[in-house]
Amino acid sequence: MQYAISILLSGVSLGGQYALIAIGYTMVYGILRLINFAHGDVFMVAGLMTVYLSTFLPIYVCLPLTAVLTVLLGFVIERVAYKPLRSAPRMSVMISAIGVSYLLQNLATYITGGLPQMYPQVPGLSASVTIAGTSTKWVTIVTPFLVVALVIALTQLINHTKIGMAMRAVAKDFETSQLMGIKINNVISMTFIIGSFLAAVGSMLYFTNYQSIVPLSGALPGLRAFVAAVFGGIGSIPGAVIGAFLIGICESIIKGSDWSVFSDAFTFALLIVVLVVKPTGLFGEKVTDKV
Amino acid sequence: MLQEKKSKRGTFIALLCVAALLVLVLVLENTMRPTSMLFTVLKKGAVYAVVATSMNLLNGFTGLFSLGQAGFMLLGAYTYAILTIPVADRESVYYLYQGTIVNFSLPDLFGGADTPLGLVLGVLLALILAGCVAAAVAWLIGLPVLRLKSDYLAIATLGFGEIIRAIFQWDVLGPVTNGANALKSFPTFSSFNIENADGDVVLRLSTFVPFLLAAICIGIIVLLINSSYGRAFKAIREDEVAAEAMGINLAKHKRPSFCISSFFAGVGGGMFAMFASQAQAKTFTTAMTYEILLIVVIGGLGSISGSSIAAFLYVAASEWWLRFLDAETYIGDFKVPFLRTGFRMVVFSIIIMIVVLFFRRGLMGDKELTDLFRPRRKQKEAAK
Repeated sequence: MQYAISILLSGVSLGGQYALIAIGYTMVYGILRLINFAHGDVFMVAGLMTVYLSTFLPIYVCLPLTAVLTVLLGFVIERVAYKPLRSAPRMSVMISAIGVSYLLQNLATYITGGLPQMYPQVPGLSASVTIAGTSTKWVTIVTPFLVVALVIALTQLINHTKIGMAMRAVAKDFETSQLMGIKINNVISMTFIIGSFLAAVGSMLYFTNYQSIVPLSGALPGLRAFVAAVFGGIGSIPGAVIGAFLIGICESIIKGSDWSVFSDAFTFALLIVVLVVKPTGLFGEKVTDKV
Repeated sequence: MLQEKKSKRGTFIALLCVAALLVLVLVLENTMRPTSMLFTVLKKGAVYAVVATSMNLLNGFTGLFSLGQAGFMLLGAYTYAILTIPVADRESVYYLYQGTIVNFSLPDLFGGADTPLGLVLGVLLALILAGCVAAAVAWLIGLPVLRLKSDYLAIATLGFGEIIRAIFQWDVLGPVTNGANALKSFPTFSSFNIENADGDVVLRLSTFVPFLLAAICIGIIVLLINSSYGRAFKAIREDEVAAEAMGINLAKHKRPSFCISSFFAGVGGGMFAMFASQAQAKTFTTAMTYEILLIVVIGGLGSISGSSIAAFLYVAASEWWLRFLDAETYIGDFKVPFLRTGFRMVVFSIIIMIVVLFFRRGLMGDKELTDLFRPRRKQKEAAK
């Protein structure tokens, strides 16, 4: 029983962390129809920033500063690597995203020298707590609540503000919304800013749990979060969150069983099954192809 | 009539160039120091050229955006390795699993890896089988996956690569795949060097062999692209709906394209194992697929000669020419800033980003090398 609770707890918190990354994927895909392969690496870079900033700044300055710098990074990536390719075929943009991911990973290897970096202790989050006889970190408990709060805030933003309305319009029809006077570049930048901010928050939660950061530690969480986004129906924020929680729980169950080698394989097998059976995911809108 | 004569002459010239290149490699190899970095680059370049061309067939010519290449290479590499490790060495390779359940080896069947016949036939057959295994798996994967559209296909094939890697590292399959450990002591490119009775090398063939294999594979792909199937592939790339309306059966063309591409990726994987003289699942990561994709993009999506040239440039730049960026350098007392381990890859990825952003069509665009030598006027006529 205790074992089950500890697995469920870690699964829920892992799912919450994936959810924060998955929202970034799903929002960008909803607007640009682009799988932003660099998103997982932005998440990793956010973790590294905290590591380096915390060497000379107190942690409560360092975390907000990380969020600001990550947002800046996401904004710059969009302006430099994706904006010039706005009219290019979709494949070029995707390749550009792969290039950015490659660059970020190599840059991280260069700066860290390839050595794993230890994430600093965050007061409050890193402390231990005992629930129903299982001891865990506070971050495990905090994550789901924080995620739900952030998602509610985000849906409010999308449904009840002007920029949110613009985002929905651009996601529906890129060109028409441009004709209607929406400055799509601002909207797209805003999407990347929100996505990067959530990735930064996600990295704080994730790396408080799994403390060592290597240049590749963004790649797999990124891919799993993407699978979550597809699972929930790409373009849909509640879908991404539910998908992420499901994937997080499944992963932690498999990791706790004898089949732990297959935890990633399972995630991808799930992806292939979902894509084949219901390509639009759980909550995705049905799109009809026009000739 | 005139057109046909000219294109025949073009083929002839192309064949002549390839033959000249092969002879050049052979001469270089036997005159220069064999430890030169040049030969490592040439060998790896030849292997990557095969894989990049196979990926180009799928991504550049058929317009199917697949990211499963590393997975198919892994299948090829393991098939090749499992089939060619000499029976005598199996015990020591599989020492963790007390030997293997695959107790035969293709070179041994033809008289052992020490005899020329056994080596050539065994390796050749193993490479072909490596391709066949990859193609068979591709056929199975293709049944569900090929129905997906562009980026979904990309992510599904990427996932397939990860699944394959997990399966091959699984302990239960250890007696066949050696678990997470490397497979080794199978024939490599160096096994083809001809030695005399004293063990001195008489004729070096270790770079010539990968070149010959690469030339054959790429040649077959070129023939395929110039056939009616190749034209159908291009039509699918340009517009699926229009192609279907013109009577091209999408499934009947996408599936062969996927299988053939995987076949050559499998052969390339086998060659990669020969180059690295070991096969280990953890080398065939997603990063490898990205590398190959970047080669294809740098060479130009839809250009075979572009992919081949880019493969050599890419390998040379990343392994050889930019090597100096990794070493700390002093000019007099002045320490050149930034230079230390890892800087090479940073510079390299920036170069790649510049190519992707500003030279989107890559080195060759969708032109071939032979197009460059055609007289101008004829091109204009062709445009009409």
